[in-house]
Amino acid sequence: MIGFLRSDLPVARDASGLFLPWLVAVMVFLACLALSGAMSLDSLLDRWSRDASGTLTVQVPAATGANAETETNDRVERAVRLLETDAQVATAMAVPRERLAEMLEPWLGSAELMDSLPVPRLIDVTVAPGAMPDLDALVERLRAVAPGAAIDDHRVWLARLIRLAEGLRLLAWAVIGLVALATAAMVVHATRTALAVHRPHIEVLHLIGATDAYIARQFARRAFALALLGGVGGLALSGPVLWGIGRLVQRLEGGLVPDITLGMGQWLVLLLLPPVAGVLSMLTARRTVRRTLTRLL
Amino acid sequence: MRQASHGKIAVRFESVGLRYGSGPEVLQDISFTLDQGSFHFLTGPSGAGKTSLLSLLYLARRPSRGSIRLFDEEVSTAARAALPPLRRRLGVVFQEFRLLDHLSALDNVALPLRVAGVAEADIHRHVPELLAWVGLGDHMHAKPPTLSGGQKQRVAIARAVINRPELLVADEPTGNVDDRTALRLLHLFSELNKLGTTVVIATHNEGLVRRFQFPRLHLEAGKLDVLPPMALTASVGMGTGPIPGGGQS
Repeated sequence: MIGFLRSDLPVARDASGLFLPWLVAVMVFLACLALSGAMSLDSLLDRWSRDASGTLTVQVPAATGANAETETNDRVERAVRLLETDAQVATAMAVPRERLAEMLEPWLGSAELMDSLPVPRLIDVTVAPGAMPDLDALVERLRAVAPGAAIDDHRVWLARLIRLAEGLRLLAWAVIGLVALATAAMVVHATRTALAVHRPHIEVLHLIGATDAYIARQFARRAFALALLGGVGGLALSGPVLWGIGRLVQRLEGGLVPDITLGMGQWLVLLLLPPVAGVLSMLTARRTVRRTLTRLL
Repeated sequence: MRQASHGKIAVRFESVGLRYGSGPEVLQDISFTLDQGSFHFLTGPSGAGKTSLLSLLYLARRPSRGSIRLFDEEVSTAARAALPPLRRRLGVVFQEFRLLDHLSALDNVALPLRVAGVAEADIHRHVPELLAWVGLGDHMHAKPPTLSGGQKQRVAIARAVINRPELLVADEPTGNVDDRTALRLLHLFSELNKLGTTVVIATHNEGLVRRFQFPRLHLEAGKLDVLPPMALTASVGMGTGPIPGGGQS
């Protein structure tokens, strides 16, 4: 390792050399946030796409009149039976009144109030795998047994959410791309500065028979080590921030935001960022040096 | 092209001209050959183009016209990639030393070996030996800024000879040292020469040129003449008798 980092050129002591790790740290920090955002959106989109294609909710309005309660129960029962006989429906299950009361409690308060209101009943429907039921026809048949029944197709609003999330994911990838470009530009600039400062030394190495590859290696190794150092710093900084965001998301009640904590594999991908930044810097430095050296005889 | 009938030719210049940018030619129609194992002084007034001529020899620039052959390879038109192996067969003492200030004397001298991929064990065996020989045994780990002018020069010379070059080119290698040390360094070059190294030394030190009876490449106003060893005169201030030249041109 010491041999690997031994340098015949004083590249270690430049201002640019000291500056580079800090800049790379900021870049890796930003890339970390963007990448974890993109990966969370990935799993979110996965789940949403599955939900959107697989489930429906049927709403059965409450009956009015003398036997409202019994009548409503009958309508729900008939609707469930009808749904269960449909080949394209895998399961149909009425949401129990207690569960409905629970869901409405934040808005309506105690369950007694609910008893006095014509709250519609809900039936959770799972569509058979691969099936694409004709919803208009299904609604017609449902209304024959349960007047006023409606199908709440998640697909419409989920499609909009999915489009939004896809836009955000694209944005996150664009940020990652920009961060990579900015890192490369910084390394090019730092390397050019170092080349200008060390030009007399480079000429000596050149004249005693060093190949372009040998000289480029001096800069490339340095760039790798400095960028790796900065990358580890940036990653260390982003760890607590990501954990904090995860905590804040978990605290949100009511499932407004689905669980978007990162999995083990995704953390491993983030761990790859510092070495990736190192390799990117190394390749950029090598290319810059070799292009500059071709101007010497 | 004429072939050497006996002995190999280390350097051959044919009608070489050099100009910087669109300026006048600083070297005009330079033609000469150096046999392998020869020893030459390069003399001439300041500004005559000695350093320019040496820079062509150690492959720092290409001539504007003409042909330069080094170890029987045409270098004036050679591809860039072909030059580093040729440069490793040279030893160069630059006028202003050009040591790397952040490296110790030992690491500076070791550079040509490291560049050539020599094993560290060999480096640590040969480099201290040579540094001790040039009188820097106690300064191996000193960095150039802490060394005197003469010490730096000896580091530069050690760096030039560490890889036993086939051609040694030195630009005023005795400019910063006292006469005793100058003599000692010239003896080092002479020893290398006896081992087969072709040597070209640019110098203003007439005393040395007279003392070591080697032929001269004399450069004046951009033109080169090959002259015989300088005649000994009574006015030589250094040492007593002449030292016979070991090289033939």
